[in-house]
Order: sequence, then structure tokens, then C-alpha cells
Amino acid sequence: MTVFLLRRLVQAVPIVLGIATLVFFLLALAPGDAVSFLVSPNITPEALEQIRRNMGLDQPVHIRYLRWMGSMLTGDFGISLTRNEPVRDIILAILPNTLTLSLSAILLAFAGGILIGVFQAVRHNRLADSALSVIGLFFYSMPSFWLALMLILVFSLGARNLWEWPIWFPASGMTSVDYPFMSPGEQIRDRLAHLVLPSLSLALVLAAGIARYMRASMLEVIRQDYVRTARSKGLSEFRVIARHALPNGLIPIVTLLGLYLPTFFSGAVLIETVFAWPGMGRLVVDAIFQRDYPVVMAGTFIFAVLVVIGNLVADALYAIVDPRIRYE
Amino acid sequence: MLLPGLPAILGGRVAAGSAALLLWIALLATAFLGWERFLRALSGTWDERLALATWALAILLLAAWSRREGRPERARRAWPARTQWALAWEAFRKNRLAVAAAAVVVLAYLLALLTPLLAPFDPALQGELTTERLLPPSSRHPLGTDQFARDVLSRVLYGARISMTIGFVAMSISMTIGTLLGAVSGFAGGRVDTVIMRVVDMVLSFPRLVLLIAIIAFFEPSIFLIVAVLGLTQWPHPTRLVRGEVLSIREREFIQAGRALGLSGARMVLRHVVPNALAPVIVAATLGIGDTIVLEAGLSFLGLGVQPPTPSWGTMVADGRDNLFGAWWISTFPGLAIVLVVLSFNIAGDGLRDALDPRSRR
Repeated sequence: MTVFLLRRLVQAVPIVLGIATLVFFLLALAPGDAVSFLVSPNITPEALEQIRRNMGLDQPVHIRYLRWMGSMLTGDFGISLTRNEPVRDIILAILPNTLTLSLSAILLAFAGGILIGVFQAVRHNRLADSALSVIGLFFYSMPSFWLALMLILVFSLGARNLWEWPIWFPASGMTSVDYPFMSPGEQIRDRLAHLVLPSLSLALVLAAGIARYMRASMLEVIRQDYVRTARSKGLSEFRVIARHALPNGLIPIVTLLGLYLPTFFSGAVLIETVFAWPGMGRLVVDAIFQRDYPVVMAGTFIFAVLVVIGNLVADALYAIVDPRIRYE
Repeated sequence: MLLPGLPAILGGRVAAGSAALLLWIALLATAFLGWERFLRALSGTWDERLALATWALAILLLAAWSRREGRPERARRAWPARTQWALAWEAFRKNRLAVAAAAVVVLAYLLALLTPLLAPFDPALQGELTTERLLPPSSRHPLGTDQFARDVLSRVLYGARISMTIGFVAMSISMTIGTLLGAVSGFAGGRVDTVIMRVVDMVLSFPRLVLLIAIIAFFEPSIFLIVAVLGLTQWPHPTRLVRGEVLSIREREFIQAGRALGLSGARMVLRHVVPNALAPVIVAATLGIGDTIVLEAGLSFLGLGVQPPTPSWGTMVADGRDNLFGAWWISTFPGLAIVLVVLSFNIAGDGLRDALDPRSRR
């Protein structure tokens, strides 16, 4: 087990190196360099040349490549062109926000998807099953950013201004304006309220996909002999499903975690933009419009590394839940 | 004969027949009501001539279908021999939901091609800003107007052209690359296989949207760039799929026979391996077009995709953000268009999967 995990860890190293290389060549192949956005009548060519030299851009490609790899591995991502702060500090300050959003969405999506999938499998081919399948496919086909706007329209703008519902959710940011003046209990409530709509719009689309897999996997398991044995020895239906069928039905779902992780991060980029959520996705998108190349490169790299880590976790979980899997 | 679909209705196939009849009436009605436009289109831009050609082709196809439908059963069987594809078609036809979804897809592409003859307004035409801005849906503007007093319905129709063309072309590019790479990787094995699969792993490690925006960041966004990057980043999925398929095909007898005959590697891959691995690729392509349309919409929503004033569904949703509460129709309708088209692709793809998989055909 430990050996297997260590081996996977070692295998991940060349992938991370490859990712860093890919990101570098994206930068190297792009027309113009990081300094070209400074070009204006107010700056002399000599000064531009000086800045290039300071940034090491006058060096040949292979030297720049080695430097780039060195700095990626030591976690030094250079200095943001627009904010004049080390990129590492910016990212470290912002990463928890993205992780909060992504993790709560992942939790919601898997919990919801698994519940719906099991329910559908139990009600196989009945009205509830077919109805949920169609509804699920409907959400699965939806762009998450559009769903987010619709949720805002109904549960934030409409609920507050038009129908005056007792409950509505804030539509932007992580905290309210008067957050610093709240009591600790209110602060937690405020943060949770701000988390509801973003994580919901990220989770709903993917929960539909998870439910599809869960349904298929449970249908497979329910047909097995040992489930019939459990039924015939007189266990309640709930116990048969929850204790006997569910654990085995969950095994294939674990692989979905690794598979869906890139999708979660892609979705987070859009959702963060819609909800003005100060996270990595918004940082990268803003940096693109400001031509802040160091931030773009570092953000892309970090996202890819997060996915590699997520895949490692999924592999480890898979090895834990399925004793039949053994790589020595 | 004058009314396509009538023989089918009389023959008991009411749904298909009435769909054909309605389409026939709709096509003739557009020509009848908009005959001035049709005349102008004859000497118009390429867009308009293409629309005219599509219109004529649709009429001809419907008439031909109707003729065949009128003949006795034996003569109209599509494939005389029961090939793999004939069997799949039989299975697909039984799945009513999937057939309906496929019909919606075809209809959507037809609408997209006919748009220059159908759209009530020019999509870029700004109306009177003082009086026609942000109008709610009405009989003059069925889906309302946006903040520049442009007709939302016309923009949704023109957006369909952009979004659905991008989806189709990008998917074709990536499926071609993916199929070839996957076939080579699975067939050659050894070091070639290892290298290709490691690159696949690496590209799959990027959240696709992040990779796309990182590439687009360094170039000026344009439709061609979008198609290129969407097409060139999707290939790892079909590569994996085809490789897995090829690994099992490689061991079958007909490949050994080919080897014994001394066929060249390229001929083996292109003539014998790829055609037999095509079924899952077709399914993946159908499902993938939907994903690509959603992804393109996401890029355009961020302002990194199709640039204004060209309408695309993603940019339109973004346009409506500022007036979400006061003018909900601007964001809602293009989004619904995305959902409808992508949903149809997904249902049709599911149906294809069931039809093409001999194990589930029983």
C-alpha cells in the first residue's frame, strides 16, 4: 500500500515537470514578451532593454528554460507586473478561497449525486427514475455560468426585490460590506450564505453526471447474488441498500473524483467571475486582460499541479476502498 | 406526393410523417411570406446564397424521402445487407427519445443555415436607443431587445450559426487527431505508446478552460483561434478511447491475416484498425460537440472567445449580466438555446451508444 502510493508519487514528478515545460513553451512561443505591453511613447527603447535585462529576457531560450524550471521547483513565480508583489504571495493569499469554493462544491456534488443515483437505482424504471434521469440530463447539459445567473435571478434578485421571500442569498463576493462589525456567529453565517449560490451552481451540473454513474453502478451491484442473500435472510430493504449494496456501488465513483477535478476547476473560473469571488480563477482571468504574464503562468501551473495532487488522492482512495486493486 | 409525410401518416408512422409535413409547410411558408428576401438573396452575399441552397436541398430531400416512403416496404430498405451500421440504425430507430433529439439537432442546424432568410432583424442592427432599448418580449420582438436595442431573437439565431459551427469544426479536428494518434499509439505499442500516453496524461492534467485561456491570453481572440485551440486541446480523450479499443482489435484474427498478407503499417491502421474502432469515436464526438459548445460559450462569456459585435450565445449571456433583473430575457434565451441544443446532442449520443454497442442491443 505504502509502496504503491510512493510509486504513484514518483510517477507524478515527471508529469509536474512536463506541465512546467508545457507552460514555458506556451510563453516562449507566444508573440511578444512580457515587456511588450509596456511599450509606449513615454518609455525609451533603452529603458525597455534595461527592463528586459533585469527580467533575464535577453538570455537564450535554453538558459531561460533552466531558470524557469528552477524557479517553478523552488516556488518562486516572479513578480506580478501590475501589482508589484511576488506572485507567490498573491497566490498563497487567494488559494484558500478557491479551495473553499471547490471543496464545498465537490462535497455537495458527490453527496447529492450519490443520493439521487441510489434512489434512482432503487426505483429502477419507475416514473421517479425516468423523471430524475431527464432532469439530470437537463442540468448536465447546462453551462454552469448560465445556471449561476439564473440562480442569482431567482434566489437573490427575485427573492429579495420582487417576491420578498423571507430567505434570499447574496449574489457576489465572499462577505457582506459590514462583515468586520459582525459577531463571530454572524460572521460564519454570513460566509456560509455567500457560499450557497456559487457552490450550488458549480455542484448541480456535476451532481447530474455523478448521479448517472452512481445509478449504473448501483444497478450492477443490486443484481449480485450477495445482495439477494441479504434480502432473503430478511434484512430490511434500507439495510440491504445502505449497508450491503452501497459500499460496493461507491467504488467506481471514487475514480470520478480524479476525473472531475479538472472540470471543477474549469467551472470555478467561470463561477468566480460571475459571483465576484476572489479566487484563483478570477485572478488568472483578470491577469490575462492586464497582460500580467507571470500571474497567468503561475496560475495555470498551480491549477495543473492541484489536479495532479487530486488524482493522487483519488488513486489512494481507490486503493483503500477496493481491496481487489493491488499494485506491488 | 405533393405532401411529404402524408404517405407515412397513412402508413401508420404518425410522428415522423407529421414532423415531415410540418417542416414542409414551414419551408414553403418562409418562401411564400419572405419571397422578396429570397429574390434579394439570389444576388446577395455568400451567406444568403448558402441559405438558399440549404432551403432547396431541404425541399428536395423531403420530396425524395416522401417518394421512397410511398413505395412498398421491400424497396425502401436503406441497406440491402444487414451490416453493422444497418443493425445499429434499426436499434437507434426504436429509441424514440433519441430519434426526437437527433431531429432537434438536425432542425437546429437547418435553422442555423437558413438564418439569413429567417431572422426578422440584422443581429448587429441597433434600434432607436431611446425607445427600443431593453424592451420585454412582444410580438415585434418575440424575445425582447438588449441594451443596444438589438433584436434578441435574431441574435440567438445568428449565434446558433457561430456556436454550432465552432462546436462541429473543433470536434472534427480533435476527433481526427485523436483517432489517428490513438490508433498509432495502440497499434505500435512500446516506446511510441509510452510517449504519446504521457503527453495525454499531461494535457489532461490541465483544467481545460484554464489551458484554453492561458493559450488565448497570448494571442488576439478570434473565431479561427477559438476553433483551433478548442480542436487542439480536446484530442487526448479520443486518443485514450481509440487506444483502448485498438489494443483489443490488435489481437483479433483479421489483423493477423493482414500481417500474414504483408500489409504495410499505415494501410493496416487506416483500412483495418480505424474503421473497427470508429463506433465509440462517433459516440464520443456526438457527446463532445455538446461539451465544446458549452466550453465555447464559457470562453465567450469571459470575453476571450467570439468578439462583439458578432453574436455568440456565450457573449449574449454575458451581455445580459448587467441588466439581469430589469431585463432577464437577454441572458435567459441564449442560455436556453445552449441547453436545448446540448441536451439534444447528449440524448442523441446516449442513444447512439446504446445502438452501437452490440452488448446492449439484445
